[in-house]
Amino acid sequence: MKPAAFEYHAPRTVEEALSLLHEHQDEAKVLAGGQSLVPAMNFRLARPAVLVDIAHVPDLDRIEATDPGGVTIGARVRHLDLEHNTIAGPLGSLIASTGRWVGHYPIRVRGTFGGSLAHADPAAEWCALACALDAEVHCRSASSERTVGAGDFFEQMAFTTCLEPDELLVGVRLPRLSDSCGVGMAEFARRWGDFAIVLAVTAVERDGDSITGARIALGGVAGGPVRALNAEAVLNGGPATAETVAAAAAAAADEVDPTGDIHGSADYRRDLVRTMVTRALDQALA
Amino acid sequence: MTTGVRWTGRSLRRFEDPALVRGLGRFVADVADQHRGTLHAAFVRSPVPAGEIRSIEAPPGAPVLTAASFGGIRTMCARLDRPDFVALETPVLASDAVRHPGEPVALVVAGSRAEAEDLAEQVVVDIEATRPVLDAAAATDPAAPTVHAGLDMPMGNNVVLDARFATEGLDAAFEEADEIVALDIRAHRQNALPIEARGAVAAHDPATGRTTLTAANQMPHMLRTALADILDIGEAELRVVTPEVGGAFGQKMCVPREYVALVAAARLLGATIAWIEDRSENLLASWHSRDHSYRLRGAFDRRGMLLGLDADIVCNIGAYSNYPVTFGVEPLMAMAELPGPYRLSQYRVRSRAVTTNMCPIAPYRGVSRPVLTLAMERLMDTAARRLDLDPVEIRRANLVREFPYAMPTGLPVDPGSYVETLDAAVEALDLEGFRRRQQQAAAEGRYVGVGFSVFGERTGYGTPAFAARAMEITPGYETVQLEMNPSGDVTARIGASPHGQGLATALSQLLADELGVEPRHVSVVHGDTDTTPYGWGTFASRSMVIAGGAAKLAAERLAAQLREIAAHQLEASPEDIRLEDGSAVVAGTSVGVTLPEIARIAHHSSHLLPAPMEPGLSVSATYDPGGTFSNACHAAVVEVDPDTGHVHLERFVVIADAGLEVNPMIVEGQIHGGVTQGIANALYEELVTDDDGNLLTASLMDFLPPTACEVPQIEVTHLQTITDASITGAKGVGEGGAIGAPAAVLNAISDALSPLGIEVDEMPATPARVRELIRRAQPTTTGGRT
Amino acid sequence: MSQERVELTLTVNGERHDVRVEPRKTLADTLREDCGLTGTHLGCEHGVCGACTVLVDDEPVRSCLMFAVQCGSQAIRTVEGLADGDRLHPIQQAFWEHHGLQCGFCTPGFLMLATSVLESRPDIGDEELREVLASNLCRCTGYQNIITSVHAARDQMRS
Repeated sequence: MKPAAFEYHAPRTVEEALSLLHEHQDEAKVLAGGQSLVPAMNFRLARPAVLVDIAHVPDLDRIEATDPGGVTIGARVRHLDLEHNTIAGPLGSLIASTGRWVGHYPIRVRGTFGGSLAHADPAAEWCALACALDAEVHCRSASSERTVGAGDFFEQMAFTTCLEPDELLVGVRLPRLSDSCGVGMAEFARRWGDFAIVLAVTAVERDGDSITGARIALGGVAGGPVRALNAEAVLNGGPATAETVAAAAAAAADEVDPTGDIHGSADYRRDLVRTMVTRALDQALA
Repeated sequence: MTTGVRWTGRSLRRFEDPALVRGLGRFVADVADQHRGTLHAAFVRSPVPAGEIRSIEAPPGAPVLTAASFGGIRTMCARLDRPDFVALETPVLASDAVRHPGEPVALVVAGSRAEAEDLAEQVVVDIEATRPVLDAAAATDPAAPTVHAGLDMPMGNNVVLDARFATEGLDAAFEEADEIVALDIRAHRQNALPIEARGAVAAHDPATGRTTLTAANQMPHMLRTALADILDIGEAELRVVTPEVGGAFGQKMCVPREYVALVAAARLLGATIAWIEDRSENLLASWHSRDHSYRLRGAFDRRGMLLGLDADIVCNIGAYSNYPVTFGVEPLMAMAELPGPYRLSQYRVRSRAVTTNMCPIAPYRGVSRPVLTLAMERLMDTAARRLDLDPVEIRRANLVREFPYAMPTGLPVDPGSYVETLDAAVEALDLEGFRRRQQQAAAEGRYVGVGFSVFGERTGYGTPAFAARAMEITPGYETVQLEMNPSGDVTARIGASPHGQGLATALSQLLADELGVEPRHVSVVHGDTDTTPYGWGTFASRSMVIAGGAAKLAAERLAAQLREIAAHQLEASPEDIRLEDGSAVVAGTSVGVTLPEIARIAHHSSHLLPAPMEPGLSVSATYDPGGTFSNACHAAVVEVDPDTGHVHLERFVVIADAGLEVNPMIVEGQIHGGVTQGIANALYEELVTDDDGNLLTASLMDFLPPTACEVPQIEVTHLQTITDASITGAKGVGEGGAIGAPAAVLNAISDALSPLGIEVDEMPATPARVRELIRRAQPTTTGGRT
Repeated sequence: MSQERVELTLTVNGERHDVRVEPRKTLADTLREDCGLTGTHLGCEHGVCGACTVLVDDEPVRSCLMFAVQCGSQAIRTVEGLADGDRLHPIQQAFWEHHGLQCGFCTPGFLMLATSVLESRPDIGDEELREVLASNLCRCTGYQNIITSVHAARDQMRS
């Protein structure tokens, strides 16, 4: 299990990195933390001819406040830094509680937020969080720059995004959540630290006992993270009660169309959606 | 140091550890990497489970070896001398047909493993894939493909062992029964998964013509014999060294075809070549394990007495036999030991081995016993529920209490503490308190349960027991050579081959007591065929019993010699000499001579020895016992999340009786590790293939050994029943943890879910399987809030 | 196929190692084959088992998932650097005292993982410590004595 040979570059600026990607196109892969890419390379399932290591590209490791309560997360901010973030309010709590579920400690030491989004594992925590919050993904190439909403960033095919071969994900903006917004994250995995079988990330805005804006994203049920739009519709305008939660969870289980694999059938995943949505909403409404 | 200190029974820190915690332990990959100029091998493997090899094309001039390169090498074929056995031959490298995914077809050699993998990718093997047969039941269908085409299969398609046993009154017992309980038990395919995968370095020395194979292996002497037989050379041309071995659990017991190919390649190329198996190869094509199905019927009277047992056992043994123990060990052990510690007079069993296009099976910690224990213990719990009896009471009623006892198959069971361990487990759990808590939990809609597992672990069996299986190569005895050097230090050379168990420490304790020295003055040499006596190695929970017994016998001989010399020096009678605190003293006096002084005399002033004693202090002894039974009761307490099917282990209690515990710390460590593998087998680990035979659990992201977060605190209580079946009093303890745990866990899940009428008879009981049972039992369950 | 090697200087356990390796060579293989430090073991080569855990700038890293060329000037620590001459590090001593190892193959990875977490968070609680230790796999001990050992080392290192 040794990787195929590759050419290694460690650019010192974004421009240099973009120029390398432009030059090598789909022969090249961006190396950030390497916690998903390198295993795939060791199995020779991935065999890029060129690796562009962005470890030395400045500024990509920052978490910056954008507007009050919102943040931009640089591409190579590590899982560990997000787990221990100092972002104020519910957004900070949701990021911290989600970060805790990402892999194991040594994986969180190396693995990055941008890397996770670009890798787009359908069961990845950060992808679901980005989806739930309508994150804006900032992509650059040597010749262009664009911002893509999370809904468009993830293709509904596993490990696939809209990133062009010459594009680099440079940062991700997450919007403000109001101070009263309730957040929740629930995941079911076989072992501690494993990728989720199903996970749910929720953020629920309320006005007193009435739900005014609910966001639910699910991982592990499709080719990419998905919003449970019917479940959100059940919640929006409804009372913050256990009955509403149950109805929303049932709606979520109905609207997903998962496929089965070795860890569970489609029906099993649907059951888990109902349970994880219930548990995440219970946290958000507590 | 106090006089008369006894080392046996103390939790002495291990002598093995200081080097290991410094990273200085030398494992096989370290041997490869520390030797400059080592070449690295990679195997080209079959991508399909079944097919005909049309051609193998290598890049011109590339060092690619195929079966053709090794002209004259024999196939590997281990036999049982029984009429119901079909011998399967394994070629070292496949040349005409491939019969399982990952089967080695060619070997390539390069300067580094990465380059060897590059080269292996360039070898084009043209295989015409044929329809595989993967499932044992399907394989016996006359219309199914025959895995070994052309081989005579008189007992049915792909049936390579069909063993039967029956007592005469079985049918009558079933007619008499008040309740007949039928179960289907399924244990899926698993991997023993030592953290160090297999690996070896073959170094050919042109100066001597000898080849040294340094290998991660449990049976170095057997491996040398096998290599010599297959390569048709004398054993003197070979040396096998087993350095530190990073766990084995049975997976490093049998002879891998890769090691044979490696030695042949090293001799052909006159080079030092390493093959360090990677995890991908290990999951796909090292030995697999388990994969048994039991159809069981138990006849009970209304008080819960087991009147008769009828079993049909099928073991999917994969494409080939292992070597030397053969695939027969799986069905034959299942057949012989199924009734376990329950008194039974009427027993009928049919036990088959079926060959398929799956990776071959080899023994894994417990071999058939985790599954047969699961079968019997599920039978007891299911019967108890049917008859409205308490699971503890039905066990108490049936457990053997009088010894010696013989199983219906004639297997003798020496004294143990079967009822006592059960009673102790009930007490440790506070079963009454638990039942109250269980009722409260039920009222809250929660599912908690308790499960018991009572079993005997047959250990320390020597040649007669193996001979009963009619093995062509019959293991059993162990020899220990003991010598005291002129400094008075003791060296024990053993044929057993420990690999993490701490046997060197435990044997030092045992020998220290016999010889009146401190354990630090005893060193144990193992794992080198050049420097140790022929022996069978370390497997089957045998080393403390058999190598320990041989060590005790050898120590008695050496002690007698030391006493005789001392008596001669001190002008006393040998019977009056005590060996203690490093001296030989006349009992009741302070008159004595130190052991180093005696050693000097024996080696350097041998003219002072009593006639006709020979110079030096060197003895040897062999021990070949009939076998003994350790026993234990395991109890698990679980809570099942009905919405996810997740099983949370709240408690795990072990009451273990392994006879005399030479080092209780080591014994407890064996139990912790065994139980954890049992939990892994019960809940997490399963090798899954798709309908085309592709392995879907090809990484540790999908084949799931538990972590520190999945394993509860294991609460161990020790009982020690000493019997004369073992001269040291020690019974084996290596496998018991793994044997008992699956049954305790599945019984606990079944108890928790008993309000839904669910019985869990399939392992691993994954969350998806448990949830599916709940869904079927309670279609209205919606999932949701905890 | 094999490829041009690059020259690197690694700082391992405070010592400088000048090596020439292919870019595809992992830190684990480089430590073992080029620095002669075979205490770092490989158990899975895909980042799950943790046997290859080393410290990079005092943080635990799977050295099978990092290429040597990525290291630059970072300080690498391996199991060989834990003891002070003949004196074992408290974590090594604790594993010995509490039977925290059997075959010893996963042990270097656990020792480095535990060292890192106890150095950075000497007051870490039992539950969180268990979660951290769940990063690595052991097949022999059932983890119980590993956890006991790390608790003992934590208490020792605090005092």
